[in-house]
Amino acid sequence: MFKYFPHTADDVRQMLDVIGVGSLEELYAEVPEELKYQGALNIPSAMSEVEVRNAVRSLAADNQPVEACYAGNGAYDHYQPSVVPYIASRSEFSTSYTPYQAEISQGTLQYIFEYQTMMADLTGMDISNASMYDGSTATAEAMMMCVANAKKRNKVLISATFLPQVLDVVATYAHYHGVELIRVPEKDGVMDKQAAIALLEADDVAGLICCQHNRYGLIEDFSGLADACHAHKALLAINSVAADLAILRTPGEWGADIACGDAQSLGIPVGYGGPYIGYLCVKEALVRRMPGRLVGATTDVNGQRAFVLTLQAREQHIRREKATSNICTAQGFMCLYVAAYLSLMGEKGLREAGQLSYAGAHYLHDALIKTNIFEEAYPGQLYTNEFTLRLKDGVLAPLFIDYMLQHGILAGVAVAADQVTIAVTEKYTREDLDRYLELVAEWPEERLFFPMTQADLDEYNKEIETMTEEAHGKCAGCSCENA
Amino acid sequence: MNNKYYGKLIFEHSRQGRVGYSLPENNYPAECAMQLPEEQKRQSGTLLPETDELTVVRHYTNMSNNNFGVDTGFYPLGSCTMKYNPKINEELAQLPELNIHPQTPVDAAQGCLGIYYQTQQMLSEIAGMSEFTLNPYAGAHGELTGLMVIRRYHEHNGDGARVKVLVPDSAHGTNPASAAVCGLQVVQVKSLPDGTVDVDDLKTHLGPDVAAMMMTNPNTLGIFERRIPEIARLVHECGALMYYDGANLNPMLGVCRPGDMGFDVMHINLHKTFSTPHGGGGPGSGPVGVRKGLEDFLPSPRVIKSEYGYGLDYGKESLGSISYHLSNFAVITRAYCYLLSLGKENIPMAGKLSVLNANYIKERLKDYYQLPIDGLCKHEFVFDGLRAEYGGDHHDDGHVTTLDVAKRLLDYGFHAPTIYFPLLFHEALMIEPTETESKDTLDEFIGVMQKIAVEARDEREMVRTAPHTTPVRRLDDVKAVKEPHFTFKAFQS
Repeated sequence: MFKYFPHTADDVRQMLDVIGVGSLEELYAEVPEELKYQGALNIPSAMSEVEVRNAVRSLAADNQPVEACYAGNGAYDHYQPSVVPYIASRSEFSTSYTPYQAEISQGTLQYIFEYQTMMADLTGMDISNASMYDGSTATAEAMMMCVANAKKRNKVLISATFLPQVLDVVATYAHYHGVELIRVPEKDGVMDKQAAIALLEADDVAGLICCQHNRYGLIEDFSGLADACHAHKALLAINSVAADLAILRTPGEWGADIACGDAQSLGIPVGYGGPYIGYLCVKEALVRRMPGRLVGATTDVNGQRAFVLTLQAREQHIRREKATSNICTAQGFMCLYVAAYLSLMGEKGLREAGQLSYAGAHYLHDALIKTNIFEEAYPGQLYTNEFTLRLKDGVLAPLFIDYMLQHGILAGVAVAADQVTIAVTEKYTREDLDRYLELVAEWPEERLFFPMTQADLDEYNKEIETMTEEAHGKCAGCSCENA
Repeated sequence: MNNKYYGKLIFEHSRQGRVGYSLPENNYPAECAMQLPEEQKRQSGTLLPETDELTVVRHYTNMSNNNFGVDTGFYPLGSCTMKYNPKINEELAQLPELNIHPQTPVDAAQGCLGIYYQTQQMLSEIAGMSEFTLNPYAGAHGELTGLMVIRRYHEHNGDGARVKVLVPDSAHGTNPASAAVCGLQVVQVKSLPDGTVDVDDLKTHLGPDVAAMMMTNPNTLGIFERRIPEIARLVHECGALMYYDGANLNPMLGVCRPGDMGFDVMHINLHKTFSTPHGGGGPGSGPVGVRKGLEDFLPSPRVIKSEYGYGLDYGKESLGSISYHLSNFAVITRAYCYLLSLGKENIPMAGKLSVLNANYIKERLKDYYQLPIDGLCKHEFVFDGLRAEYGGDHHDDGHVTTLDVAKRLLDYGFHAPTIYFPLLFHEALMIEPTETESKDTLDEFIGVMQKIAVEARDEREMVRTAPHTTPVRRLDDVKAVKEPHFTFKAFQS
C-alpha cells in the first residue's frame, strides 16, 4: 500500500467486520451523494522519496545562491552554534503536542520555563509568556493589552519609525479590533518624543508603543517617556531586537510596562521569514492580561518540583470569547532554540557577539562613506549593528542590491529609492567585509549613466509609500467605523 | 521515554568562568569599538548561565528523555490529528539553499516562492477553493485572518453593520476568541442531542447583522453535518458567509471538499492534516482559502505567478498584513513534501483510513465506556466517561473520572485522549487515532483501555491516584496558580 499507512488488506477487512460495514466507502454512508467529490484531484501523482528529494532540490536551486547576507530589517543572519540545530533535531521535542499532560511533557515544559526566565531577564521585565508568532504580532498583542488594560480608552500611539512590515500588521489588528492607532511622527530618523508627549496630554490614550532598534537601524532614547505615559495613565510598550538586550538599556530599565519583539536574533536562521519567535514580557501587574501560554513551577504529589501550564483561565479553551487573545499554538518549539542558544552563549558570549557586530557595522559604514558612493542618511544618530546610507548621484538603491547579488552578496535592503539599510553580525569577519568593499570599489561606472533627478526619486518613494499605505491596513488615517 | 525524572534547570548547572561558545577574534580598528552613551547601556547583569558545550548537550538530551512525542508513542488525541511526521520533510525543510533572507529580492527567491505557490495551488484543489494564503502562523491565526477576509468583504459591499458571528456551542474555544479579537460579537447556536447544529435555532439568529457562520464538518463530535447544504443556503440567503474551521478536515480528504459543501472561507492546520510536527505548541501554519470572488481580500503579500515568474502582490482590496513576511516557511516546505509524497492517489486514502481507525476503536470500547452518540463517526468520537458498571457513575462520590482514566493511560505508555472537551458532556473523552496508526497499535491501546475499565471497577484507588510510573506524579495545578513561579529567579526567592 503506502509507507505512511500501515494497514494490510487483511487488517482493513477485519476492522470493517468489527464495525459492521462492507467497504471503506460505506463509512461515509451518511454523506449526501451530491456532496461527494467524484473527480480525480488535479495534483501530481505520488512520488517516491528519491523523486520528492529531487523535486524540492530542483526548486531550491531556483533561489540565487547567496554567500553572505547583510540584510537586516528585523531578521539577522547571526552565527548559530552547531549544538542548537542538533538539540532541536530531537524528535521527542519536535513531535510532541502542547504539554497538557504535564507528567509526560516535562522536557517541553522545562525548556519553556528556561526560555521565560531568560527573556524576562534579558528584557528587564518580570514575566515572559511562552512565545508569540513573530515580532509584529507580538507588538499587535501589546497594543490589544494596552486597550484591555485601559478599559475605556481605545487610542494607542505607535512610533512611525517601526519597520513598515510591523506597522502594517499592527494597523491591521487595530482596524479589526476597533483600536484607533495614531502614528507618532519621526524626526531625524527617530521618534519625535515631544510629539508623543503632546499626544499623551489629551488623557485619552491607552498606550504608547516605541521601537528601540528602528527601521533605519537607529537606537532610540526613551528617557522621560515612562513617566510621561504613567502620568497620563497610559502603558509604555517597547519593541527591541532581542540580541541587542545584553548591551542596550532594557525595556524594564526604561520603565516600560510591556516588552515585545522578535527573538529570531537569538539562534534562529533567517529561513525566508520563519519560523521565528515573537516574545512578550510584562511587569507583574499585567500578568492576567497576558495573551498566550505560560509555564509555571509547582510540585507533584511526592513534593517533587515540576512544571505545568498555568493561569489557563486567561486562555481561549476556557474563556472562549472573553479570553485575553485567540492565540493558542504559537512558536513553542522555537523556545528551545532560544534557550539552547542563550545557554551556550551566556551573557559574555552575547555581549561579545554584540561588540563584534557593532565593530563590523561601524567598520563597513565608515569605509562605505569613504568610497564617495554613499552618504549618511541620518548623521549623528546612534546605531549598533545596522545602519542606513543614501546613494549619491541619483543612483537607485535596487541597482546596488542587484549588482552585489550577482556576486553572491545580499548587500542590504533597499528601503527607499536611494537608501539602503545594511546589517552586520559576528558571523562575518573583517575579511568578509573587505570583500564587500572590494566589490563596491569595482562597481562599474555604468551606474552613473542614467541618474535619477530628485523629482524622480521623490516620485519613486511616493509610489512605494502609497503601496505600503494601502497594505498598512485601512486605518492609516482612514475613517472606518472603528476610528 | 525515560521514566526517571531529570528535572534540573540549566541555571543550576552554571559555574562562573565556563563558556559554551567560540567567536572570531575582534580584529577591527580601535575606532570601531563599541561606544555607547551611559544612559543607553544595559544597567544590570543577566541571569544567563555559564556552561560548557557538553553540559548543554546532556542537559537538553536528558530533558528530551522525559518527553512524549509521536516518535515515541501513540496519541489518541481528539481534534489534534497527531499523525506521523515524515522524516524526508525534515531533511528538505533544512536545505541550506532555502535558508535565505526574507528581504531577498523576488527574482533571487524564486525557489522559495515556487514552494509557496505550488502549495497554495494544491491546497486549493484539495479544499475546493479558489485561492489560499499561507501567511497565517497557526490555526487560530487562520481563523482570525479568515474572519478579517469576511469583514473586509462586508466593508467592501458597504455592509459594515454585520458584526455577529454564529458559532455552534460545540465549537473549539478558538472560534469565539478569534471572533472577539476581530471585533465581532459571538452568538451561540444550539446543538441537537446527536451533536449536530439545530437548524431551527440557527434560523432565529439569521438577519442583516450576521457576518458569518463558523462550523467544522464533521463537527467536534466526529459527526457529519448532513444538513450542511441547507445551512449554507440559509446563511447565504441572509447575506452572510460560511466559514469552515479546518481542524477536522482530515477525514474528508478526497471524499467531500469544503468548497463543494458551500463554504466561502476556511483555514487548514498544516500540523494536523498535512503532517507537520506540532512542536509542543508551534510553529504551526494556518493557511486560509477563499472561494472565487474573495481572492482580492486575502492578506498582503499574496504570492502570485505571472509570465515573469513568481512575485509578491500588495493589492488595494487586501485586508492588510498579518505576518512579518510569509509566515513559517519551513513548516510550509514540510507540508509541500508531504503533498508530493502522497500525491492524488494517497490523499483520499488518508481520510478513509483515519475514519476506519476511529470507528474500530469506538466499536471495540463502547461496552466499557459510555457512548452518547451511536452510529458511524468520522475521524474522531467522544465517550462520556466510563460506563456505570465500571465505576463511572457520576452519582457515586468515589467514581472514577475521565481525568483518572487519562492519567492511568500515561502509566501504560500512551498519551491521553482529549479530555473534558467538547463541553457538551461532563466526562468527555475524545479519541482521534489518525490513519498512520496500525491495527496492532490500536489493538494494544484498546486492550489497555479495557484493562483500565476493569481496574476502575476492581482497584479504584489505584486508578484515582494515577499516574504511578511517569517521570513525575500528578501535579498540583492549584499551587501553580496560588504560589506563582514563572521564572527561575522567582523560584529562587
